[in-house]
Amino acid sequence: MTTTAVRPARPGARAAISARTLRRDRWWLAPLLTVTGLTAWVVYAVVRVYLHKWYWVEDHHYLTPFYSPCITDRCVPDAAHFGRVLPGWWIIPEAAFSLPFLLLFRLSCYYYRRAYYRSYWASPPACAVPDGHKRYTGETRFPLIFQNGHRYAFYAAVVISGINTFDAAIAFRGADGKVGFGLGNLILLGNVVMLWAYTISCHSCRHIMGGRLRHFSRHPLRYRLWTFISRLNTRHMELAWITLGTLAVTDFYIMAVAADWFPDLRFFN
Amino acid sequence: MKRHFRVWRGDATGGRLEDFQVEVNEGEVVLDVIHRMQATQAPDLACRWNCKAGKCGSCSMEINGMPRLACMTRMSTFADGETVTITPLRTFPVIRDLVTDVSFNYEKAREMPAFAPPPNLRPGEYRMQQVDVERSQEFRKCIECFLCQNTCHVIRDHEENKRAFSGPRLFIRAAELDMHPLDARTDRKDFAQSAQGLGYCNITKCCTEVCPEHIKITDNAIIPMKERVVDNRYDPLVFLGRKIFRRRGLDEPAPPSPARQPAAVVPQTTTLDEQGRLPLSEFTFERPGAPSPYGEDVQFPLPADGISYHHPSEERPEIDQARD
Repeated sequence: MTTTAVRPARPGARAAISARTLRRDRWWLAPLLTVTGLTAWVVYAVVRVYLHKWYWVEDHHYLTPFYSPCITDRCVPDAAHFGRVLPGWWIIPEAAFSLPFLLLFRLSCYYYRRAYYRSYWASPPACAVPDGHKRYTGETRFPLIFQNGHRYAFYAAVVISGINTFDAAIAFRGADGKVGFGLGNLILLGNVVMLWAYTISCHSCRHIMGGRLRHFSRHPLRYRLWTFISRLNTRHMELAWITLGTLAVTDFYIMAVAADWFPDLRFFN
Repeated sequence: MKRHFRVWRGDATGGRLEDFQVEVNEGEVVLDVIHRMQATQAPDLACRWNCKAGKCGSCSMEINGMPRLACMTRMSTFADGETVTITPLRTFPVIRDLVTDVSFNYEKAREMPAFAPPPNLRPGEYRMQQVDVERSQEFRKCIECFLCQNTCHVIRDHEENKRAFSGPRLFIRAAELDMHPLDARTDRKDFAQSAQGLGYCNITKCCTEVCPEHIKITDNAIIPMKERVVDNRYDPLVFLGRKIFRRRGLDEPAPPSPARQPAAVVPQTTTLDEQGRLPLSEFTFERPGAPSPYGEDVQFPLPADGISYHHPSEERPEIDQARD
């Protein structure tokens, strides 16, 4: 017999569905890939940073981004463009100025937050899959409230991208002091272009450029900047992964050339 | 071709997944199949629907665990022989079968201060440039299907957060008004953070994933609102800049959201039959026409003391004075 709905007997009761999730697709694949990719990259980076060698190619003036700017006592003098101000204790990385800020920039990045909240913290692991935590307060209190400082990490990342650009530029000095060009230059250049693309496609940058305005019509230049950044911003996730790749490739290439595993492919000089 | 479906049947007291073998034809969507179930096997299967075109936002449900509109989920997207499981939205109290009580969203919407044009403008005098209002217009595409609200883990997995958290649908409303060139309120960012619980969002983007209107909820509304909140609350440089250059716009804190007393609901038992249900048709009903979809115990207009919304003119009498 057909019946009509009435007010629920116990207002507030949700449908008693026993299965925690009824999703049948491979929702676990994306978090798994994220964990694998990020963990592998972090392990590689930590190992590289604490090797304390093979970061500078004397002949071609290549400096790996993992050691830039090189500011400890251990640094090869030619590679230390900004002075050697820190003691050479093993726990201090050569790039002790840049690495913490870059780590903060990526940790507080709106894309990486999504990635690691989902994959490492399972909060939630995927859409409509329960997050499995008893309580949840989000980014309302210590320590996650500091995610709100992302723009300061962005300012630091702009400075560091500038230093990386400087490194890529001086690498065009060949062995005899004249202009030289090799595969390493191309890799360094590609890395810097991608780093800039990732850095300025940041959501905070989008906000600073024009997102905070209420009247675009009164600020045509900022509106154009905002439009440009918005277009890049849609690719922020891709750029986040591409730059992890270019950083690792750049560092590995320079390590290999510095360790004489293979010579740099020179186009001229 | 007949296909296997599992549909959750029940109400707030309990329920279970029931099996159905239903005919499926080429080009059909899940809502068509539900209608065929009602026509052939389960005439009392409750399901809310309206336009069958993805524009009314009524037929929100969970299909194979994913929040979706039944009218926009094509049967051809499932593999041959795949069982299709249909359940009501999990985040909201169930009324019956696939129908849930989504009044949480309307209560949160009522708490949101309305659009407030500058006091010296009358309706009809609004002038704005397309480029200024474009961002707000994206959010007007919202059809209020509440799939984003349903999938947001902040309230889906934590019922206790419902008091403090308004959800993605209301965040795009907040962004829409805060970015609006003619909205004169300056406390929207603060309201979003303190009264709507913007800080609870950890931008895992599920709202954007399930939005049938493809509104970029996270990238275009929530993150910009978070950044605006940072301007106001957490960025010492912006604070100093405003102090030094005497820029207007350092917002005053929002008035605390008044504690909401739920309106006392007294069911009118006279209109219910002996099983406690509303009469099926007007032949057995004491008044002409169908029963109210809101329930016969709800009177309109809603009693004002049960609503936490305050018209802006109550807080700022100068608006009304200027108009007079």
